[in-house]
Amino acid sequence: MATSPASRRDRRRTAADAGLLVVAAAFVLPLAWVVLSALDPHASLRVKVPDGVTLEHFDAILTPEITFTPLLNSLILCGGATLLTVVCAALAAYPLSRFRSRLNRPFLLTVLFATSLPITAIMVPVYALFVRVNLIDTMQGTVFFFAASQLPFAIWLMKNFMDGVPKELEEAAWTDGASSFQSLLRIVLPLMGPGVAVVTVFSFVMMWGNFFVPFMLLLTPDQMPASVSINDFFGNRGMVAYGQLAAFSIVYSTPVVLLYVLISRRLGGGFALGGAVKG
Amino acid sequence: MTAATPPHTGPELRKAPSAPPAAPPSRPATGTVRRSLLRALPVSPAVVLLLLFLAGPIAYCVVIAFTDLQLTGQAEESFVGLENFRRAFRDEAFLNAVWLTLVFTVLSSLIGQNTLGLALAALMRRASKPVRTLTGGIVVTAWVLPEVVAGFLLYAFFRREGTLNAVLDWLHLPSQNWLFTLPILAVSFANVWRGTAFSMLVYSAALNEIPKEITEAAEVDGASGWRRMWHITLPMIRRSIGTNLMLNTLQTLSVFGLIWVMTRGGPSGKSQTLPLFMYEQAFQNSLIGYGTAVALLLLLIGSLFSVVYLRLLRTEV
Repeated sequence: MATSPASRRDRRRTAADAGLLVVAAAFVLPLAWVVLSALDPHASLRVKVPDGVTLEHFDAILTPEITFTPLLNSLILCGGATLLTVVCAALAAYPLSRFRSRLNRPFLLTVLFATSLPITAIMVPVYALFVRVNLIDTMQGTVFFFAASQLPFAIWLMKNFMDGVPKELEEAAWTDGASSFQSLLRIVLPLMGPGVAVVTVFSFVMMWGNFFVPFMLLLTPDQMPASVSINDFFGNRGMVAYGQLAAFSIVYSTPVVLLYVLISRRLGGGFALGGAVKG
Repeated sequence: MTAATPPHTGPELRKAPSAPPAAPPSRPATGTVRRSLLRALPVSPAVVLLLLFLAGPIAYCVVIAFTDLQLTGQAEESFVGLENFRRAFRDEAFLNAVWLTLVFTVLSSLIGQNTLGLALAALMRRASKPVRTLTGGIVVTAWVLPEVVAGFLLYAFFRREGTLNAVLDWLHLPSQNWLFTLPILAVSFANVWRGTAFSMLVYSAALNEIPKEITEAAEVDGASGWRRMWHITLPMIRRSIGTNLMLNTLQTLSVFGLIWVMTRGGPSGKSQTLPLFMYEQAFQNSLIGYGTAVALLLLLIGSLFSVVYLRLLRTEV
C-alpha cells in the first residue's frame, strides 16, 4: 500500500498529537491536584476524584486574616511597584527611543546587563543595607526595591515598543509647539497602548509571584503579601490542612493567570512575550 | 519566571546610533549642552532608582563580603580581607552547594527546559490545533503560577503519599520517598515543570521564522525528520538556542522559593544550592559577611554569563 503524502501527514500529526498529550498529562497532574483538593472534603496529597464536592475549604480561608489582608498587601506592594516601574520606564524610554546621543548605547547595554543579574544573590546585602538605613520592614522600601529590580527589563521592553511608533506623528505636534513631555503623554503612549499593557501586566505578574524579596525585607506578619503568608499553612497551624492550602493557592493564583490570559488574547496568542524575547 | 528575562532586541542594539558627529569644538555651544541635559531629564527617575536600590546594594555587597559582619552580638565589623572566600573554599558545605547548583542547572535548565521546550515547539508545528492549544495552555499555566504555589504543587506531587507514587503504584513500579532519597532530582524536575514554557515560547517564535521553502526543499530531497532537524533547523535557530540557554541558566541560578518550599535545602543539605546556602549562612548562622561573600561569588558567576550573553547578541546579530 503506497503512502500518499496526505496520509503520511496524517500519521505525522497523530504522532505529534500523541507526544504532546503525554507531556500534557504529566504536566497537568500537579494542577489537577490543586483543583480537586480544593473541592474535596477529604483532601490529601494525592490526586483523586473527590468523594463529594464542597466549598468548605474556600469558606474556611476567605477571612480577613488568612486571605484578604495578605492579598491586599500583595496588591499594595505590587500595584505600587508596578506603577513606579511603568512611569519610570516610560520616561526613560522616551529619550532613548527619540533622540540620538552617544550615551544611549552604553546606557542600554548596562540596562541589558542588569536584566540578567541574579537578583537572588543581592538579597543578603540588600537586607544589611536596609537595616542600616532603616528601610527594613517598610512597605515603601520593598516597593522601591521591587521597582528597581524590575526596571531594567521594563525599560528594554518599553523602548522596543516605543521604537514602533513612527516619529512623524510627533513632529507635527512639535511644530504646533507641543513639548516633548506633551507629545509623549498625548501621542506616543496612547499609540503604544498594547505595549504599555504588556509592560504593566508582566511587571505585576513577576512581583505578585515573587517570594524572596518580601520574605527578606518584611518582618511584621500584618504586612506580609500572599506569596509569604502562604507559608503559614505549614508549621504554625500544626496539621496541614491540604484542602485549605489548595483553596488558598487557587485564590492567590487566579489574578495572575487571568491577567496573562487577557494580555495574550489582546496581543494575538500566548506568544506575545515569546516574540518579545525571541533570539 | 520567572522569569524576569530581557527581550532579545539585537537589531536595536546595532541600530543604536554610533556617536553622532561631534559638535565643532570651536564653539562649545551652551545651548546644545542645555538641550542634551533637558533631553536626559526624563531618564533621571529611573537612574536614581537603579543607582540607589540596585547599584548601591551591589557595591555594598562588594564591601561587606570582605568584613566579618554578623547579625547579632558584635558592635562593629572589621575588615578581614579574603578570609570569607578562603573559608568558603575550605567549607565542605559550600563546595557541596556549588556542586548541587551545577547539577541543578545542568539537569533542569540545560537539559530539561531547553530540550523539552524545543521538542514541544517542534511537535506543536505538526499537531492538530486543539491538542496544540491544550498542551500550550497547560504548560504556560505552570509557568505563570506564583513560585510558592508551584513549589507546593510539586511538593505534593513528590511526597511519599503523593501523586507520583500513586502513578508508580498503578504501573506496578517501585515507589519511594523522592524528597528524601533524591531531593535534587525532585527539585530539578520541579524547575523543568515550572520553566519549560519559556523555552517553548522562544523556540516556537524562532521556528515560525524559518522560511517554509527551506524545509520543503529538504523534504523533497528526501531528508528525514531527524536529519532536517539536525542539519537545517538547529543551525538556523542557533542564535535563539544561545540566548535561551543563557537566560535559562541565569534564571535557574537564582531559584530560591521553589527549593525552599519543597525541601528547605534538606535533608542534610542534599538539595542546598548556592542561594539557599547563602541564606542559611547569613540568617540561620548569622554570618552576614560570609553569606555576602557567597552572594558575591554567585553574582560574579551571573555577571560572567551576562557578559557572554551580551557578546552573543552583539556578534551574532
